[in-house]
Amino acid sequence: MTTIKEKAKDLIKVDRRDSKLALAHIYVAFIALFIGGLCGLLQVLVRSGKFTLPWGIGYYQILTIHGVLLGLILTTYFILGFQIAAMSRTSGTFTNKQRLIGWIGFWVMTAGTVAASIMVLLNEASVLYTFYAPLQAHWIFYVGMALVVVGSWITGIAQIMKYVEWRKVNPGQPSPLLSFMVIVNMAMWLICSLGVAVEVVFQLIPWSLGWVDKVDVLLSRTLFWYFGHPLVYFWLLPAYMVWYVIIPKIIGGKIFSDALARLSFMLFLLFSIPVGFHHQLTEPGIDSFWKFLQVILTMMVVIPSLLTAFSMFASFELRGRQLGGKGLYGWFKKLPWKDARFTVPFIGMAAFIPAGAGGIINASYQMNQLIHNTIWVTGHFHLTLATTVVLTFFGAAYWLIPHLTGRVLTKQMNKLAIIQAIIWSVGMTIMSGAMHIVGLMGAPRRSDFSTYGGAQQATEWIPYQVAQAVGGTILFVGIILVLYIVANLLWFAPKGETEFPIGEVSEHAEKTPMWLENWKIWLTICIALILFAYTVPIIDIIQNAPPGSKGYKLW
Amino acid sequence: MHIHKYEKWWLTFGISSLVLFLFIVGFSAFHYGSHPPTGKVYIDPERVDEIAPFNKPGVHKVAGEEWDYEVVLVASAFFYNPPEIEVPLGSKVKFIATTKDVVHGFQVAGTNINMILEPGYVSEYITTADKPGEFLILCNEYCGIGHSTMTSMLKVVE
Repeated sequence: MTTIKEKAKDLIKVDRRDSKLALAHIYVAFIALFIGGLCGLLQVLVRSGKFTLPWGIGYYQILTIHGVLLGLILTTYFILGFQIAAMSRTSGTFTNKQRLIGWIGFWVMTAGTVAASIMVLLNEASVLYTFYAPLQAHWIFYVGMALVVVGSWITGIAQIMKYVEWRKVNPGQPSPLLSFMVIVNMAMWLICSLGVAVEVVFQLIPWSLGWVDKVDVLLSRTLFWYFGHPLVYFWLLPAYMVWYVIIPKIIGGKIFSDALARLSFMLFLLFSIPVGFHHQLTEPGIDSFWKFLQVILTMMVVIPSLLTAFSMFASFELRGRQLGGKGLYGWFKKLPWKDARFTVPFIGMAAFIPAGAGGIINASYQMNQLIHNTIWVTGHFHLTLATTVVLTFFGAAYWLIPHLTGRVLTKQMNKLAIIQAIIWSVGMTIMSGAMHIVGLMGAPRRSDFSTYGGAQQATEWIPYQVAQAVGGTILFVGIILVLYIVANLLWFAPKGETEFPIGEVSEHAEKTPMWLENWKIWLTICIALILFAYTVPIIDIIQNAPPGSKGYKLW
Repeated sequence: MHIHKYEKWWLTFGISSLVLFLFIVGFSAFHYGSHPPTGKVYIDPERVDEIAPFNKPGVHKVAGEEWDYEVVLVASAFFYNPPEIEVPLGSKVKFIATTKDVVHGFQVAGTNINMILEPGYVSEYITTADKPGEFLILCNEYCGIGHSTMTSMLKVVE
C-alpha cells in the first residue's frame, strides 16, 4: 500500500544541475564502453587465429585499452555518476560548493584519462591495466592514472560532504539507506586506492622519470593488489545498491530489512581490503602463513553475500505471493519479467551464482595453482564484472538516464533492452564458458594467439578460442544495442517524467540500530584488520628486499 | 537486531559450510604441507648467470635430499633456459626458477605447477612427476611483445 507521503517521495527529482554532473560521468562511461568493447572484439578475433591486426597495432596495446577503459574508466565513471544522482535524490540537492567540487573531480579524472589514453595509443604504455613493474610505461601514463584516482577522491569528497550535512541536519536518525551505501563504497574506495596512489606516486612516477634507477617489484605488486581486490567490490557494491534499494521498488515490493542491508555493506567494507594476497598466492617473497591468513579474510565475504542473496529472494517471494503466486515456486512467475529495469539486473544476479562459486575456487589457496593466470580467471571476471555488474548498470541506466534527461523509456526500447540482455547472456555463456574450460586445460590469459611451437596441448585449445571469438562477437552486438538504447534515452526518447525508484523498508522490519552507522567503530575495525593482515608481511618485503629492478620496455 | 528464522537457518548452514571448507583447506596446507609455491631466497637479478645454481640451468640428480631431481631454470624475455626438461616418471622434482629481467610466469600446462617468477626472488616448488607425457611450459604473466612465444617442454619419461 502506498501512502500519500510515499507517493510524494516518489516524485522527488534529482535537481537539474546535479543531473548535468551525473550525466557528464555517464557520457564518458558509455564512450569507454564503445571503444573498450571494440578492442575486446578485436582481441577475441585475433586469438581465434583467423585474424591479424592491421596497421601494426599491437595485441597488447588493444588489450591495455580494453582493460583500462572497461575495468577502470567505464566502471569508475558510471559508479560516480550513479552515486552523485543517488546522493542528490536521497540526501538532497548538492550545494553549489559541493557540486563545484564534483565538477573539479570530474575534470581531473578526465584529464588523467585523456593523458593515459594518448600514451597507450602512441604505444608508449602497453603495460595492461595492472601496469606491473618492471615493465616501464611512459611517465605521463602513470601521471594520468594517478589523476584518475585523485579525481575520484575529489568527487567522492563532494558526496561525503553531502552525507555529513544530512547527518548534521537530522541528528540521531539513520541516514537514507542509499546514501549510507554510497558512503560505505566511497570509504572503501578512499582507503584502498591509497595503496595504488602510493605505488604510482612514490614508486612508478619517480622511476619512470629517471629520478630513481630501480623499483621494488614485490612491494609495487603488493600495493597494487591491496587496491586491486577492493576495486572489484567498488564495482560490485553499486550493483548491490540497485538490488537492495531500487529493485524492491520496481517490483512493487519492500526492502526486506534496512538493518541487515547496512550490516552487509559494513561487512563488505571490513572484508574487501585486507585480502590482496589471494591475487599473489603463487608469488615468491610472501610467507605462506600470511597468504593463508588473507585467504581466510577473503572468504569472510561469503557472509554478506549470503545475507544479500537471502534478502533479494525474500523481497521477490513476498512480492510474488502478494500478487497471488501459489505453491513453492508460483511466486517466481508473478515477478514483472516484462520490465527491463527488473529483468536485466536479475540476469546479472543469476550470473553471480556461478561467478561467486568461481571466485571461491580462485581464492582457495592451493587450488589457485591450477587456475592462476589461466584464461579461467578472465572467464571468471567476465561473469562478475562483465555480466553481474554491467547488466545491473545497464538495467539502472534504463531509468537513471531518462530520469536525468527528462525523458521516458518507450515500450520498444524496454523490449529491446530485454533482448539486449538475452543476447548478452548467450554471448557470455559461450565466451566465458569456453574461457573457463580451456583455462582448466592450461591456456593462459593475456596472451596473443600462439601455437606454442606446435605443442599438442596448445592445439587442443584452438577450438575453444574460436568459441571465445563467437561469444565475443555476439557480445559486441550486445554493446551496439545498449549504446543504441542509451543514445535514444539521451537525445531522442519522448519527453516525460521517469521515476528514480527508491524502495521503502517493509513495515515488518525492525528499527535500524544506530550502531550500524557508527563510523568510529567500523573504521577502527577496518583499519585494525588491514594493519593485522599487512603490517608484518610488508615490513618483511621491505626489510628483506632484493636489489631493485631497472625499467624495461619490451613491447 | 531482529533476524528472520529462515535467515538464521540459512546463515548457520552457510557459515558452518564456510568453517568446514576453511578447515579442509587449512588442514591440507599445514598438516600435509600443501602450500602454493613460494620462496624466500633472494638474488641479484642482474647477476643471475654468475650465481649458483643458476650458473648451470638444467636437470640435476641430487642425493641426500627429500627430492630426486632439481630443475634449475632461468627465464628471460622471451625464453626459458633450458628449452627442454626431461625427468623420469615417478621421481620427486624440485623446480627452482628465477628471472633475469621482468616478471614472468612458469606454468606447466595440465598440471598444478604454476608460479610467478619475480626479479630478485627465487621461486620453488616440489612435486612428483606422476603422469607420463609431454607438458607444455609457458609464460602466463605478460612480459612484452614475445610473451606468447615463450615456451619450454617438460617430458616425463618411463
